[in-house]
Order: sequence, then structure tokens, then C-alpha cells
Amino acid sequence: MNPFAAVGRAFITFLRTAGKLGIFGFHGVRHIFAPPFYMRLIGQQIMSIGYYSLPVVGLTALFTGMVLALQIYIGGSRFNAESLVANIVVLGITRELGPVIGALMVAGRVSAAMAAEIGTMRVTEQIDALTTLSTNPFKYLVAPRLLAATLMMPLLVLIADIIGVMGGYIVGTGKLGFNEATYLQTTYDFLEASDVVSGLVKAAVFGFIIALMGCYHGFHSQGGAQGVGRATTNAVVSASILILFANYLVTELFFSK
Amino acid sequence: MNDVPKIRLQGVQKRFGPKVVLDGVDLEIPRGKSLVVIGGSGTGKSVMIKCVLGLMRPEKGSIQIDGEETVGLRGDARDRLMRKFGMLFQGAALFDSLRVWENVAFGLIQGRGMGRVQAKKLAQEKLGQVGLGAEVGELFPAELSGGMQKRVALARAIAAEPEIIFFDEPTTGLDPIMADVINDLIVHCVEQLGATTLSITHDMASARKIADRVAMIHKGKIIWTGPVEEVDRSGNPFVDQFIHGRAEGPIHMEVRRP
Repeated sequence: MNPFAAVGRAFITFLRTAGKLGIFGFHGVRHIFAPPFYMRLIGQQIMSIGYYSLPVVGLTALFTGMVLALQIYIGGSRFNAESLVANIVVLGITRELGPVIGALMVAGRVSAAMAAEIGTMRVTEQIDALTTLSTNPFKYLVAPRLLAATLMMPLLVLIADIIGVMGGYIVGTGKLGFNEATYLQTTYDFLEASDVVSGLVKAAVFGFIIALMGCYHGFHSQGGAQGVGRATTNAVVSASILILFANYLVTELFFSK
Repeated sequence: MNDVPKIRLQGVQKRFGPKVVLDGVDLEIPRGKSLVVIGGSGTGKSVMIKCVLGLMRPEKGSIQIDGEETVGLRGDARDRLMRKFGMLFQGAALFDSLRVWENVAFGLIQGRGMGRVQAKKLAQEKLGQVGLGAEVGELFPAELSGGMQKRVALARAIAAEPEIIFFDEPTTGLDPIMADVINDLIVHCVEQLGATTLSITHDMASARKIADRVAMIHKGKIIWTGPVEEVDRSGNPFVDQFIHGRAEGPIHMEVRRP
């Protein structure tokens, strides 16, 4: 086997997939803004992505905030910076950990579910059936999911931010001996609007990525049950990697001088 | 205008990579007639029907509906064309997340903007036509037997009263009695609608019952067409082998002997 040919083939496959994904995303976004609008489906997706992800995102945020407070205290004590717990918890949660960990959890739950559902519809010809019933599958399946995920992730992350900071507060005041009022006042004084806003913008981008990966891999699944399983795995893995990549890009965009 | 075939395929070619699946298919179906395409697995039957439906695009050739070229049709023109079609899929392809009546009414609600109350009434009527009570309409597809799912799929295919109905292996996976029930329903519903139909099957009992004309496809080409009454005396060795289900003959299955 020629190694150059193998690298070339892999590169061409990468470019082809990137192109297909770009076109898929473009059509998905176009159908969000073009009527008819399936409000009932958008509502269902808002419930499924937003409301039903609340427990997992909330618990993750709570424990992340708690462990963050502990770690900062332990690490900070090495150079007499224990007092920075409240500041670093709120900064870490709103800027990074709230959106990123929240999105990774939602990717595992939602992206996989989307890929499995749409993938099953693909292999059982339900997507073809949609077309024969004068219904555009992009409009019916993809657009509501993209819209709902993009709208819901910022809300989820906002709640995750609050719960995460509360987690830090519980450990900070309950275990590390911080004064309750001082902890909250420090958190409030230190927090800037841009910290929260950047996290929410990230969340919207991550939401779009989560739905795009779930829909794309489901839509292109083939080969029966095994194909649907592969689509589900690919959706979660690619969504997770793209979330981390997009996280760097958005951070760079917001905070580079 | 009446001389124009309802469906006409000329030189339709479709390939997947190096594999040629349709190799210049020519077919004509007059208005109100029923053509059944027979042929073994992997001969291109399903791909042909998907090309006519616009679910796949052929590389070469022409597909005309009512004399209008449909290959490459997009947007509103494609939407208008799709309204002429109804399709019964091999595995029924019912939407699992919707109730039976919502499946039947789907094309009316989503495709034509009909109100849910009116669409539900119509769906119950169509379910009645295929021998299912209104109570079945409240169930989900997973709660139905294979035969009932096929009946629901038939009700969905005819719900919007299409001009052309496609049947993809309508009796596959059913016991002989249920298969005959489905065949009778197909004949009855198509007669009532006056629709033109294109079916693909390898069930000869089904073909004999629902076809006006039969065509045989082999290696992506139509190798014989004729009235259903002549299928037993076609004089074509490929057709003879297929309808009698013989392993010996000009059609060689790619089976590796132990």
C-alpha cells in the first residue's frame, strides 16, 4: 500500500465530508427561515432538548462548581491565594465549564438520540416516505432540531451557571469556612457581563453543533442496525470534538486583544 | 393528450460507483393501467421506482410524467409533481412516533395544509376502506401486526387520492392469505381511484392479481413486457425461469457452492 495514496485518500475524504456537512448545515439553516414552520415540532424539540436535559446539566454543573471550589482552595493554599475561590469559581463556570461541560453532556444525550431517531427513519425508509408525502425532510426533521438546540443551549447554560456557582458557594461556605455574605458579594463584584455573554454565545454555537451532528449522521446512516449504531457513535464523538474546537475559536474571538 | 403515457422512462441509467444498476430502462404505462415489474433481488427494481419518485437522480435518460420531463425537477415544480404520487413502501415505513390516523392523514395535514379534525375524519374513512376500524387509528404502528401495518400504509398511500401509486413489494413478509387480502385491497382501491400504478414484486401471485401488464427487469434492463395473460407463454427463457422459480436457467444467482 502506498502511504502517500492513503494520506491523499484520507485528505480527500475529509474535504468531501466537510463539504457535505457545510451544504447540509446551509440547507438546515435555510429551512429554519423559510415557511412552512412546524411549530408543534419545534415545541416538541424545545421540550426534549431543553426541559429534559435540565436534570443532567444541573447535576453536572452542581458537582463541577463544588469540585472547582475545592481544587482552587487546595491549589491556591500553596501560594496563599485561598481567598480567590469565589472569583475563580464564577469566572471558570460562566466562561468555560458551564458551557463546555453542559454542552458535552447534552451532546451525549441529545446528539445520540437525534442520530438514532433519524438514522432509524433513514434505514426504514421513513425519510423517503416523508418526501413522497410532499414534506421536505430538512424542514420537518432538521430545521426544528437545529432551531430548538440553538435556542435552548444558552438557557440551559444560564441555569447551569447559576447552579455551578451555587455549588461553589455550598462548598465554600459549608466546608471551607467562607462567610456567606462575603462569598456572594465577591462573586457579584467580580463578575462582568462579558463573562456571561461569552458563555451564552458559546452555548448557542454548541447547541447548533450538537443538533447538526445528530441530524447529519442520522441522515446519512446506512446499513441497518449497525449503521444506526455507527451514526450514533459518530454523532457524539464529532459533536464533542467540534464543541472543544469551537470553544477555542469563540474564546479567541471574545478575549483576544 | 390521452395518447401520452402517464409514465414514460427512456434510456434511464443509474450507477453506484462502478456498479451499473439501471442500464437504459425503457418503460411506458398508459393512464389508468397497472404495470408490475418483476425481477430478482438486486436487479434494479427499487432503484427504478426511486428514480421515478425523484428520490434518486439518474445519470442519463428521461422520466416523463404526463409528458413532462421530471429528471432534475426542483422546488415548487417538484412539490406539484409529488402531489400526484402515493407510495406503499416494502416495510410500510410508518412513522413510529405518530398514531395510525396521523400517519394516514400525514400527507393531508403536512403536505396540503388540511385541518387536523377534517384530516382525522378522512383518515378514518380511508382506514375503513382497507378494513380497519376507527379504534385502530388511535394505536401506534408498533402495536400493529405486519399485515395491519401494510393496510395502514395502503390507506396512507391512497389518502390524498393520488393519480399515480407505487407499490414496492406490497406482499413481502406476509402469509399467503394476508398477501391475498392486500392484493384484493390494492385492486379495489386502485379501481375506485382510477389511478395509474407501478409495482415491483417477486411474488408472482401478487403480480398476476394486480397487473394489467408485466415487465421483467434483469441486470438493469427491461428484457420483456407484455399483458399479464401472456406471462406464461412469453417465450422468454428468463421470464419462464423466474415465474416458475427454477434454479436452472439463463439467470445465474451468484452463490458460492460449498
